[in-house]
Amino acid sequence: MASVIPDGIDCDLHPALPGIHNLLPYLSDYWSDQVTNRGMVDLVSASYPLNSPITARPDWRPKAGKAGSVVAELTRHALDPYGTRFGICNPLYGVQMVFSEDMATAFCSALNDWLAKEWLDKDARLRGSIVIPVQSTEKAVVEIERCAADRRFVQVLMLVSNDNPLGRRVYWPIYEACERHGLALGVHAGSNYHNAPLAVGWGSYHTEDYVGQAQAFQTQLTSLIVEGVFAKYPNLKVVMLESGFTWLPTYLWRLQKFWRGVRMETPWVDRAPQEIVRSNVRFSLQPIDAPPDPAMLERVIDHMQSDELLLFSTDYPHWQFDGERVLPEGISSDLVRKIMIDNPLATYPRLNA
Amino acid sequence: MNMQFRPGEQKGTEAVVKQAIADCDIHPTRKDPKGLYPYLEKRWRDHLDAYGALVYQGMVVGPLYPKGQPNASRRDAVPPEGGVQGSSLKFMQQQHLDPNNVALGIMCPLSLQGFRNLDLGAALARATNDWQVAEWSGQDSRLRASVVVANEDGEASAREIRARAGDKNFAQVLLMSRNTEPLGQRRYWPIYQAAEEAGLPIGIHAFGNSGHPITPGGWPSYYIEEMVGHSQCQQSALASLVLEGVFERFPRLKVISIEAGFGWAPSLAWRLDKHFDRLRSELPHLKKKPSEYIREHVWWSTQPMEEPDERQHLLDVIEWIGWDRLMFATDYPHWDFDEPSRVLPAGVSKENRDAFFLGNARQVFGIAA
Repeated sequence: MASVIPDGIDCDLHPALPGIHNLLPYLSDYWSDQVTNRGMVDLVSASYPLNSPITARPDWRPKAGKAGSVVAELTRHALDPYGTRFGICNPLYGVQMVFSEDMATAFCSALNDWLAKEWLDKDARLRGSIVIPVQSTEKAVVEIERCAADRRFVQVLMLVSNDNPLGRRVYWPIYEACERHGLALGVHAGSNYHNAPLAVGWGSYHTEDYVGQAQAFQTQLTSLIVEGVFAKYPNLKVVMLESGFTWLPTYLWRLQKFWRGVRMETPWVDRAPQEIVRSNVRFSLQPIDAPPDPAMLERVIDHMQSDELLLFSTDYPHWQFDGERVLPEGISSDLVRKIMIDNPLATYPRLNA
Repeated sequence: MNMQFRPGEQKGTEAVVKQAIADCDIHPTRKDPKGLYPYLEKRWRDHLDAYGALVYQGMVVGPLYPKGQPNASRRDAVPPEGGVQGSSLKFMQQQHLDPNNVALGIMCPLSLQGFRNLDLGAALARATNDWQVAEWSGQDSRLRASVVVANEDGEASAREIRARAGDKNFAQVLLMSRNTEPLGQRRYWPIYQAAEEAGLPIGIHAFGNSGHPITPGGWPSYYIEEMVGHSQCQQSALASLVLEGVFERFPRLKVISIEAGFGWAPSLAWRLDKHFDRLRSELPHLKKKPSEYIREHVWWSTQPMEEPDERQHLLDVIEWIGWDRLMFATDYPHWDFDEPSRVLPAGVSKENRDAFFLGNARQVFGIAA
């Protein structure tokens, strides 16, 4: 088995907000009253039901409360065992689901302030992602500008499934702000459920939704590429978080074939999709939708034709692996170094400052 | 991917005896919009004249995503006597069935499902099936029809399947990947039950109108997104069939995935297995791993073949799926036609080639030479 090396960078950690009352100190009087007077208790996404086995690994699940809600536990479970140098915090709180852009903006600002004060201030290894109110691009950009001054924020966080496909021009001011501030765009598994969670409708099972995240990432990667986001913002790095990656090679074969056939439709896509992915798109390691045989995984990684695409992640506290087997069998020590250190440093310019 | 062929291109290969092939995705089309009228009752002809056929999208004329070229078809496939590509049996024989040595051709008529008016859907399905026999499979014994069904009405679909059961003109039941609900849902189970009883595989062809955007994150802008997106729809439709327990309930059911690619199949199966392992308490009705259901019940038609830079990569993926699981298709007369002589790299064994081009299809459809 490939061994972890020290000074790695964990690109996907999920600190949990215990409940909406934890935002009260960071909300204006008006929004604080709204939360209290209207009886709001919590915002929990359907993507991660609190007691689903995926949501927290059994040995990381506390006796009470949400997994990932205590700094010392997160660092003890996810950072210390691997000698991690930096860990990037991606809060998954249900702020994207609400329909009011004013409410979403208030909650996102409070969540970002909570992250800075109650997590980033508490452990020097931690870095953050700016959660944005995607309900309004204008307000999302204001929030990015507000938080970008704090260099510990290294990324802007969106969910993979939104009202509109990610490449749509309505979102471009967000990408412009990311590029200008040296922030990566993190796209995390999850939906605001304003559309059906599958392109074929609403399934019956949580399992179906979770498996379907991989298909959601595929469609959104197509959108980002063919709308021309990377032609317009060539320095933008997009990180697919909790996306899986074994689907990537065959997906690109299909996209590239059709791009050759109908590229007259999107003439601004002036590089092959495969090249665009190599220069601008990265994928977090966990979950690994790995084949049963490590030799097959080696073949899949060969099919990716690049050692720069993967970024180390534990996906803490989600249950993706057991014990300390965070790295799969079937990868070389050179690749481990790329995944754990070189690739994250090349993806997140703010980690080098 | 070939939009056009010049007649001279195939010279020099004619002396060699070409491999006989099964083409598992041929699209016969109506000569004009009223091509099915001879097979429809007056009540439905009048209805179509007055109201058209409403589907789960906003236009009755004009595509949401204009194709790359007219009818998404090869420009050289227009019949000399006129009419749209794919509407002349004689020209299909001359241009495709004879020169490509098609021994078995499975027809998949498109744009005949997903109607909001269920009674109209049932009438059009019946008319389409009569038309396929009268004008195609009854005229050329190489061609076999698909039982087109009113997909959103499980009971009406089952009646249509039972009406065609035992008729050797029909090789499979045809569904589209995009329906108002994921295909594993119980409203579609009467279709699977009737197909299993009739011994007919279910062909699930990419496309369809469901009312849902083709991404879980809203409506995209471009035709290429719709084209690529069909493979994601197919993945989710297949996951639904597996996770709902359709193959547990109908253990003799065979499913053929048509025109949606196949390269994604291994990764999808690995992902299903991994998360099934974690979440199996939600799915007590499943007795096997998802990958086992897929391995036992699902076949893939090949067009449009994925095209990696390194041909070995394609062969790796085919090994993982199984050479016994792929069935060649051209998609004639559409523009992204796969040319049989160029579709496989050199070095594939004769046994695998034969299975890929013909043997697997003969076995799945139960149609001997």
